[in-house]
Amino acid sequence: MSTAVLTINKGLSGGLNLRQKTILLISFMSLLLLTIVICSLFINERSLSTDFDSKNLAPSLKHPFGTDWMGRDMFIRTIEGLGLSIMIGAFASLISTLISVILGLFSSVGKIADSFVSWLVDLFLSIPHLLLIILISIGFGGGATGVIIGVALTHWPSLTRVVRAEIKQLKTQEYVHISRNFGKSRWWIATKHILPHLIPKFILGTILMFPHAILHEASITFLGFGLSPHEPAIGIILSESMKYLSAGYWWLAFFPGLSLLIVILAFDMIGENLGKLMNPKKAHD
Amino acid sequence: MYLKGENISFGYKKNNFILKNVNICLGSGEVLGLIGDSGSGKSTLCKILAGYEKNYTGTVSIDGKKIPDGVYNPVQLIFQHPEKAVNPKWKMKDILNESYVVPQKILDSFGIKKNWLNRWPNELSGGELQRFALARALSPKTKFLIADEITTMVDAITQVQIWDSILDMVDELNIGVLVVSHDKKLINKLCHDIVYMSDLINI
Amino acid sequence: MEDIDRITTKKARNNEALLKVKDISLSFIQYTSGLRQTELKVISNLNLEAYSGEILAVVGSSGSGKSLLAHAILGILPSNARLYGSMEYNGQPLTQEKKEEIRGKEIALIPQSTNYLDPLMRISNQVIGNVNEKNKESIKKLQRYVFQKYNLKPEVDRMFPHELSGGMIRRVLVSTAVISSARLVIADEPTPGLDEKNLKETLSYFKDMANKGCAVILITHDIDAALKISDRIAIFYAGTILEEANIEDFANDGENLRHPYTRALWNALPQNKFKAIKGHQPMQDEIIEGCFFYERCSIKNELCSKGIPELKTINGGLVRCNNVS
Repeated sequence: MSTAVLTINKGLSGGLNLRQKTILLISFMSLLLLTIVICSLFINERSLSTDFDSKNLAPSLKHPFGTDWMGRDMFIRTIEGLGLSIMIGAFASLISTLISVILGLFSSVGKIADSFVSWLVDLFLSIPHLLLIILISIGFGGGATGVIIGVALTHWPSLTRVVRAEIKQLKTQEYVHISRNFGKSRWWIATKHILPHLIPKFILGTILMFPHAILHEASITFLGFGLSPHEPAIGIILSESMKYLSAGYWWLAFFPGLSLLIVILAFDMIGENLGKLMNPKKAHD
Repeated sequence: MYLKGENISFGYKKNNFILKNVNICLGSGEVLGLIGDSGSGKSTLCKILAGYEKNYTGTVSIDGKKIPDGVYNPVQLIFQHPEKAVNPKWKMKDILNESYVVPQKILDSFGIKKNWLNRWPNELSGGELQRFALARALSPKTKFLIADEITTMVDAITQVQIWDSILDMVDELNIGVLVVSHDKKLINKLCHDIVYMSDLINI
Repeated sequence: MEDIDRITTKKARNNEALLKVKDISLSFIQYTSGLRQTELKVISNLNLEAYSGEILAVVGSSGSGKSLLAHAILGILPSNARLYGSMEYNGQPLTQEKKEEIRGKEIALIPQSTNYLDPLMRISNQVIGNVNEKNKESIKKLQRYVFQKYNLKPEVDRMFPHELSGGMIRRVLVSTAVISSARLVIADEPTPGLDEKNLKETLSYFKDMANKGCAVILITHDIDAALKISDRIAIFYAGTILEEANIEDFANDGENLRHPYTRALWNALPQNKFKAIKGHQPMQDEIIEGCFFYERCSIKNELCSKGIPELKTINGGLVRCNNVS
């Protein structure tokens, strides 16, 4: 008997299928974010030097985002600020994910560990988010370190909750019981049976944490509790621009704010579309 | 060699027993049928005998020795729904060889085809998955097999094929089998001896 | 009281089939590794007719796509499914719009899984919700009457699904179909996990519905249960129906059965020979040119490997086989 699979691939010419579109969208967004980060790394000090001949210029071809009161190009400042934000966001999300992995696995050890973890989750969720970030970041001496630690230590509870529930559900599966009956160790079962189900959750959780982390970093910096005014952070740019709004220099707030929004939306789209690809119920649409 | 369950009682609430003082004995090479209505506690008894359920009173032993925890259990349980008994993230060949490397002879006996091994569980039917679940449980260390309604969900022809293979293999390996079903006609065909759940329970 | 009379009067057997399924095929668009999409055929060239007052059992092994047949008739297939062929209900074409209009009213599904009930809604509200009439009082009375008949006590009305046992939920689902005054009832695997007593009881509900003039399609893997109550049995194999036999054909050694697979199935039953033929059902992604049973058939010839056999009427039953007469 011949085993053949009928392929009805439409290819690039006949229009893309949904999965191809989704992957294209994800790659485009990732490329955009990556470009911002890489560009921000290559900006040298000179391009940000003060130039009082061209201060407070409205957007033009030479300065697409305009210039500020010291004559610095706002486009370059925005890119640099976004790059810094994305890197802080990445670092904070990774630490948060790590914490939730550890706590999630720890909760599966025993009953006491489990109630300790859920107590900790409830505790962190019951304190207003922004307040907690401010407290922690001041506690750690403020600045970039303070912000990263503050954001990292406050974003793990929701993912921990998901991981904990998932592990609980997986542990009741018949194939886990069978594995135990085959004499496999707890560690073997955790890595071979349970972890493969958790990895997609971790990846998705990390990406969806990104926009939160970036926004929180920007907000507390805007409020003056975060990065120092010397850093080219997006929060600093926005708070400075407030002083010039009444003078009619709208571009100082508008373009950096819009760029921040685009970056946040890009992360959100990546996360949501990845989620669609990983969801077995919708995988074949 | 004898697998014995003695004075086994089990209940979720106090004074509300599902099983009370149940005694059951299964010898090597014996094929024993257990017939019971749904909700009569036969699945619970299976889980207790195979070490899946720990909160019971009474003793389960092989030749008078308690069955140790954390090592390969000589009593293996096969379930009604094989699709739940396999990890959906594993390929069939990994599922098959989880406990030991299954020899070609057992694969042939169960009619497991080579090209099934590279597939994912959701690409196989229930009858095909059940053959994998059985093959991987027949390691040389297995002394008793408990089959809890294992062919209830497959068609009649597959049912005969599966049972033919099991009876062949257990005869050769000298394994004792507890066949649990609500289907009296099936048990009559398969078993040397039959016990009724209603006779085992003394509530 | 008019409603109560309505459900107890037996309708005369209609000579025209209530539901005609004509040569339908069903496939799913799926992604294979990477980005390519393939079409996976799960039902092919399937014909079926359901008559009022009769029970038609569709028997096949679980996971072979029988439930999808029910979903196709009800029009509740997922978005990546492609359905070909046509259906007729009561002499009129059964289109997707028509399906949406009459499902739950004229066509009722008794689902396989008992978690189809809304966990947050009281039982009587869910059951009544399915009736499309203005007079609430009489519906309530009817619901109570039907519940009483299926041995569901008055306190059940106000309970939530989690408070009921599996058997009770099944009776609630059956009552729902009865109250909705459906003319076509499709029961999807209603029997697994039932012991003999519950099985008999559940089957008697279907017999009841047929006696009241419903057309019942009983989808099951349990040929034994099907034999007990059905009028006709359709044998489902690898996505198609190989034979539609009358219940009388299943007698003795099954020499009146038309298709070799049906005979093999009959011989494999524990109460008969308990003998199996070799081989497996073809996998869903195997493309087969000829008869689906070709590989395992004992009476095949060259013609069988080329093209699917025509559907023939023999001895009052339908069969897809080249070598019967």
